[in-house]
Amino acid sequence: MTWYERGTDADAVTEELDEGGEPDARDLPGDAVESGVFGTRDGYYDALHQATVETARRRVDEAVDTAERDVINAVRTLETVGDSLNELDERTRDWREETDRVPVEGVVEGRNALEEARDETRGFIEERTPELAPNLSNLADPVLAARLIALAGGLDELARMPSSTVQVLGAEDALFRHLRGDAPPPKHGVIYVHPYVRGTREDERGSAARAVAGKLTIAARVDRYAGDLRPQLADELDEKMERIQGRDDG
Amino acid sequence: MTVGWVDVDGERYPATDGEKVRDERVVDGLRLWHPRRSKASAALVKGVDIPLEDARVLYLGGGAGTTPSYFADAARAVYAVEFAPSPASRLVDVAGTRDRLFPVFADARKPSVYAGIVEGVDVLYQDVATRGQADVAVKNAPFVRDGGRVYVVVKARSEDVTAEPEEKYEEVADRMEDAYDVDRTVDLSPFYDDHAVVIARR
Repeated sequence: MTWYERGTDADAVTEELDEGGEPDARDLPGDAVESGVFGTRDGYYDALHQATVETARRRVDEAVDTAERDVINAVRTLETVGDSLNELDERTRDWREETDRVPVEGVVEGRNALEEARDETRGFIEERTPELAPNLSNLADPVLAARLIALAGGLDELARMPSSTVQVLGAEDALFRHLRGDAPPPKHGVIYVHPYVRGTREDERGSAARAVAGKLTIAARVDRYAGDLRPQLADELDEKMERIQGRDDG
Repeated sequence: MTVGWVDVDGERYPATDGEKVRDERVVDGLRLWHPRRSKASAALVKGVDIPLEDARVLYLGGGAGTTPSYFADAARAVYAVEFAPSPASRLVDVAGTRDRLFPVFADARKPSVYAGIVEGVDVLYQDVATRGQADVAVKNAPFVRDGGRVYVVVKARSEDVTAEPEEKYEEVADRMEDAYDVDRTVDLSPFYDDHAVVIARR
């Protein structure tokens, strides 16, 4: 069948996509005109354009939303599973120290299952986040990219944030302590795990955090509004960091 | 509605007359197809002929829509298939600015999905970065009219990280012989490393 035999709007295209058929090289606009559904080829194309754009818009929006929810839930799950694993390891270490073994088999099995769940969840994040945010995942690693998206509440929200907010995402407690007047402002939130922040000596770490946050913010905006991978963003960050890390500590 | 050439700063760029999308260079009212931002442009700069004028085109792996928008400036109709949600979202935005650019949010490995929407085409252009690139081209062959031209971008690394790129290009070309007459393979350096375009005819 063809889409225009089902109707001439987005519902017809949606239905056709769901049903499918045998690929061939038919002259669909010509056939549609001959069958009298459309008066002209241009009329056919105009209707098809409106219908395909509308259908694709609706389906893509749903898919983007699902992809984003998956990434956010996965990175939160990764954190929960990691914490559980650490706690369980600590607990069983104590047990082993006292009696030399853990005599409850299910505990050991459960621990191994948690480890498997952690690795699988990380693999999922590493596969899906670059599809959602290619530049952010390129500049940070996909797990950090996913954490930033989750902390912001979505890629759209992250793309709208000033880089000074991105810089301290995940350090909300420290930020509020500072705002109450009890502490200096935090230099960084979760971006601390970025090698360029962690790997910079302490007196330049604030500059490093600012530079990394600035570039990650741009990456998030490119991901949200353009979508293509721009390797030059990583080159620019490399150059900037070379200058910061190369500053004379004289 | 033709693809022209513009000389800027000692370089030649393919260029078309069309509404601008995103940040791109426009010279004398023509959109420059940057060979580092579009593999089709890189292919054209390297001497590959893609007969787009008044053509019906099936574009597999439409990405964020930049190259499909170029094609739509010259072609009669462009069907752009993309399956990754984020780029597809940008593709739909771009399709909104082009009357004859039809976005299809579907998996190019399952052409039966869009069989009742895509007409017979004169040109098949494919740039999908998944394993089994040749299979995708072969599965979509029924859409290509007799004598139609086929351009398959091969990314050596998405097939096998250890093999030599040339071996990989040859493997893809061999497999494409199942549905096409392969003409030649043109590598896209220096614009794209480890990329080539296999040119064939139905």
